[in-house]
Amino acid sequence: MSETPVSSAVNFSDEQSMLLDTAVEFFRDTSPMSYVRSQLATETGFAENLWREMVDLGWLGLAVPEAYGGSGLGLAEAVSIAEPMGRHLCNCPFLSCQMAIQVLLAGGDEQQRGRWLPRLAQGAIASVAVIERDGDWSLVRPTCSAIRQDERIALSGVKTFAVDAGVAELLVVSVEFEGEPALVLLENSGLPEGALTRQRVIDETRRSFRLDLDGIEADAADLITSRAALGALAAIRDTALLLITAEACGGTAGVLDVIVDYLNTRTQFGRLIGSYQALKHPAVDILIGLERARSHLYHAASVIGDAELALGALGMAKAQACDAFAYAGDRSIQFHGAFGFTYECDAQLFLRRALWCQYQFGDALHHRKHLADLLL
Amino acid sequence: MNELDEFRAEVAAWLMENRPRAPDFLLPESFMEVGSDRQFHYLRDWQQQVYEAGYLGMAWPQEYGGGGMDQVYQNIVTDEMARLNVPFMTNTIGLNWAGPLILAIGTDEEKQRYIRNILSAEEIWCQGFSEPDNGSDLGNVQTRAVRDGDEYVINGSKIWTSLGSYAKHMILLARTDPHGENKYAGLSYFLAPMDVAGVRVQPIRKLTGEYGFTQTFFEDARIPASCLMGAEGQGWQIAMSTLTFERGAAGGQAGGLSMVVVRVADVVELARHAMRDGRPSIEDPHVRDELVKFLIEEQGDRLCESRSRIPALCSERPGSIALSGKLRGTELRRRLCQFAISLQGANGALWVGDRDAVADGKWQRSYFNAFSATIGGGTSQVQANIVAERVLGLPKS
Repeated sequence: MSETPVSSAVNFSDEQSMLLDTAVEFFRDTSPMSYVRSQLATETGFAENLWREMVDLGWLGLAVPEAYGGSGLGLAEAVSIAEPMGRHLCNCPFLSCQMAIQVLLAGGDEQQRGRWLPRLAQGAIASVAVIERDGDWSLVRPTCSAIRQDERIALSGVKTFAVDAGVAELLVVSVEFEGEPALVLLENSGLPEGALTRQRVIDETRRSFRLDLDGIEADAADLITSRAALGALAAIRDTALLLITAEACGGTAGVLDVIVDYLNTRTQFGRLIGSYQALKHPAVDILIGLERARSHLYHAASVIGDAELALGALGMAKAQACDAFAYAGDRSIQFHGAFGFTYECDAQLFLRRALWCQYQFGDALHHRKHLADLLL
Repeated sequence: MNELDEFRAEVAAWLMENRPRAPDFLLPESFMEVGSDRQFHYLRDWQQQVYEAGYLGMAWPQEYGGGGMDQVYQNIVTDEMARLNVPFMTNTIGLNWAGPLILAIGTDEEKQRYIRNILSAEEIWCQGFSEPDNGSDLGNVQTRAVRDGDEYVINGSKIWTSLGSYAKHMILLARTDPHGENKYAGLSYFLAPMDVAGVRVQPIRKLTGEYGFTQTFFEDARIPASCLMGAEGQGWQIAMSTLTFERGAAGGQAGGLSMVVVRVADVVELARHAMRDGRPSIEDPHVRDELVKFLIEEQGDRLCESRSRIPALCSERPGSIALSGKLRGTELRRRLCQFAISLQGANGALWVGDRDAVADGKWQRSYFNAFSATIGGGTSQVQANIVAERVLGLPKS
């Protein structure tokens, strides 16, 4: 193996630490399990006042430069929000918005940034639609197309997993344009009736939409093309990997709490079931998976500004965290016995979230395949 | 370059310049496997050289022979030793368990008497905890120590004594009171000399076929009463704090490598040369996936070390990373060696000494030897119980 320098240092600033403290408390208070369950059947999947509070705390403008009304921090700080958010299974458009912000920073022109960044910093919601019906995670092969017709751009095709699109003002959509991947910034208010339809997704806290682009037109000024588009797509990938990893780490810690609580209260054959090694040892496996995942997460956050280091760090982090969470979710059902088989048991909420995290933006196997090409 | 980077460069240069020539015999892979005189002398000379250069015990107090510097310097030396794959420090039990214990709770006289010779490898230490009938169940120790005037008379037997053939001293856990209110209460802790009448050491042959540790028999062995550490009855408590050093859960060790580092990168290299169906193993998608899993795990443990130094990222379960360290590290090593053998095709079944064995059978030997660490110092299963109980708060029984 080549002796390329590998970073193995985790850095964590006071700023990140303070944000983490605040966010841990915030989500513990605002997103207890009763709140999570109360949102399962609602239209938007989150409470308007919760979102408003997050906006007021300045969290949506965290990674927006000061010139556009944000606080000029970065994605590393967003991890401090996303991890505790995931722990309490809190659903809100935070991730979608962070992805859109990074798209504008990486590929948007001055006019596009000026139009959207100040609004996003103030809590306007965005949705990113980069997946299609075949479910391929590759972001650089969109088949939905954009065709130039005079000053206008005609779109066609179907996108899926437009998460939070129902409440979004901005939709960032990947398309094929003149033989290359491109992104188009669509204003939701301009969409025809019926363009967005709800998907039924495994994680019932989430709101995801299918977007039918046929007949929709955009302005040429709303396109991000060629190199800028590739940069923006890479930014979507990096943001998603980092923040989904953060949510997965939080979720693993959350479900481990549920497991430990149950093992410490449920009695069978006259003993607390947590005293059985058959349950103890897998619980330790979950803990170890979580510790490694969190270390990878905060390392990835430490190197997120360095494209070369970040590529490997993010893939490792996502693979480790999603496998750890999926394992924890799976075991949490089993450990609850018959109760674990019920809708009533909170374990299922975590298992559903774990699978959501696993299958968004590449599962562990997918990332390991790419890591192999990078590292071996 | 900042001061620490400069120091790192200086250490690396010294190690490259002074590392001993590879011997024409197999070296042991850890302090638990020193089985021949030539292995022992080779390793002891090396430790002495490192100490004299000022690269060992760097953070221990100067008055006892240490360097009196910040721990960060010693950590850099240990890192560089691992990176450059130089031989390990053979007096590990002294350096990392007995030494820090003596510094933490010993008398000034004990510190004066023992610490410098631990660092210089002048006096080798061994550990007398496990007994033939009491491996993981340390509280059940049966070796007796009976006070007789200015002496204690020791009877019984200790087993799996690493370095037993070479040790000058033993940290010894023995029962002074067989009628204590519970099994823990009657235990006492001794810094016991090995060179007294009535101590007999018998080498044990390991599963690799080599020798490496011993069984130690005490037959009316008389040791000075001043060897008692703390008071009678405090043995269990002192043994437990020894174990926190042994498992790396508390700082204060002298530092330095204590075993040959097995790297995933070495297995990647192996996969480049091992063949499957006429192609290098490294082209096999299954092999690639396994290698990347190992890389993620190895990097994860490295990053855990780094994160454990950031309190804000460990506040929820502060002991978690340190207490799970032995379990994580030793099991990873065992599985990695096992996987390395699986890359060798039919040659996976060859053993050390065969002319066609891959890397002279190093991986087969390493795999077998890896069990010394998944069993010694508390088996992985006991480690998992400890983590479950102390970190997760699950019930004992």
